[in-house]
Amino acid sequence: MISLPLRLRTTVLRTLRRTLILAGACAVAAPAVLGQGSAVDEIAKYRAALQDGNPAELWEVRGEDIWKQQRGPKQASLQQCDLGLGPGVVKGAYARLPKYFADADRVMDLETRILWCMTTLQGISAADSRKQLYGNGNERKSDMEAMVAYVTSESRGVAMNVGLSNAKEADMYRLGEKMFYFRGGPHDFGCVTCHGDDGKRIRLQDLPNLTTKEGAQKAYTTWPAYRVSQGELRSFQWRLYDCFRQQRFPELVYGSDASIALTMFLARNANGAAFDAPAIKR
Amino acid sequence: MRTKTILVATALAASIIGCATAPSGEETTAKATAMLRSSFKASGQAGLDRLDQDETQRACSALAGKAPAKDVAEKIEKLNMATIKYPADGKLLGDWKNGEKLAQEGRGKQFSDDPAGPVGANCYACHQLAPQELSYGTIGPSLYQFAKLRGYGADVQRYAYGKIYNPDAYAACSNMPRFGHQGILTEQQIKDVTALLMDPASPVNN
Repeated sequence: MISLPLRLRTTVLRTLRRTLILAGACAVAAPAVLGQGSAVDEIAKYRAALQDGNPAELWEVRGEDIWKQQRGPKQASLQQCDLGLGPGVVKGAYARLPKYFADADRVMDLETRILWCMTTLQGISAADSRKQLYGNGNERKSDMEAMVAYVTSESRGVAMNVGLSNAKEADMYRLGEKMFYFRGGPHDFGCVTCHGDDGKRIRLQDLPNLTTKEGAQKAYTTWPAYRVSQGELRSFQWRLYDCFRQQRFPELVYGSDASIALTMFLARNANGAAFDAPAIKR
Repeated sequence: MRTKTILVATALAASIIGCATAPSGEETTAKATAMLRSSFKASGQAGLDRLDQDETQRACSALAGKAPAKDVAEKIEKLNMATIKYPADGKLLGDWKNGEKLAQEGRGKQFSDDPAGPVGANCYACHQLAPQELSYGTIGPSLYQFAKLRGYGADVQRYAYGKIYNPDAYAACSNMPRFGHQGILTEQQIKDVTALLMDPASPVNN
């Protein structure tokens, strides 16, 4: 029982080491020696190499463990958490989120729902449930990111199927669309500035066009992801948080309505595509 | 009067068709504004006032990614043209070497940035400039050989300076930040970036 995660860990670390060596070689060789086209080709090769072994598996294993542990004042596990398909059903749940939950009278994404379950099932205070939402790249790992890895991995291969039948869900979608096109701050940036056209890049980083079905599908189904540059698994809440940071906006509040609205807009637009995360990204 | 009647009729029609499930655009905008306020917190140098849109930002957001109609574009461009302040000394070109440093610098104005630290122009994030830099983005057009192709004269200098100061004066709802108007770059920094584009010795023109 114990040997599986250990074996997994060894494999993953070996892959990771190989990957980092390759990444280092790329950084030195690509810009200095090769032309633009070749630099892009090299990055594509690097990305392909990354797919061979994903450290996200470490987060998935740890997340499943945390999910099943009895924790908090109520000494309960999260196994009875209702992620939308009924208490205890994790398989396929992420592919249908965000959704409206009558018990909370709110549209929730996965992260918000996990916080809700920690409070209601385990009796953990709202403040305590938010203590370590993001890992810091070193020893301070986030339980939340691990649980997100576990739950999302249970939807791998499942077609995205986010509904808007509830009026509050439809409302959230419309608000998310508004948010997507909202330009502000000192740089006049909005999501649409970088994600409104095909084939664009920031520096050498390809940008998905989130205004098209294909673009939204490809982007949304590959989050959460293990970020090699950060040594952490990042959830969709983090993705939005860091985009707004670069947009020069104030700090996006974790689980805020704006974050859920945008997630709803993108998740719904990804409907029909097979979910394929946790992924691995530079 | 006539417009008012049409508006009322439209609103009425909307409510009959199904306002309960599909609120009007204005309603959604108002809700979105309220939602923004509760969804962000002030952090570092980024206060909540950054969520307050000016007229240009509001008009461009309302387009939802589409190009503005001719009259709307003209209005936005006129509004922004009026904001451009040219240097009092009449000199538009600074030091292209410093311009290149600014073009490379991506930091500045983020809540995670040191408020006393550098604020860059970050041109390479979106544009090709000097051919030596292969890591450039493509959100904006290539600016390689900017002046070599357009000429080094006073008019092009003035255009380049003005475009960096406030691109919306020339192209309404441009993706490019209004570096001068929004106080991202100082006058001297805009001169330096203008020199990167305009100086015959700049690698951009070689």
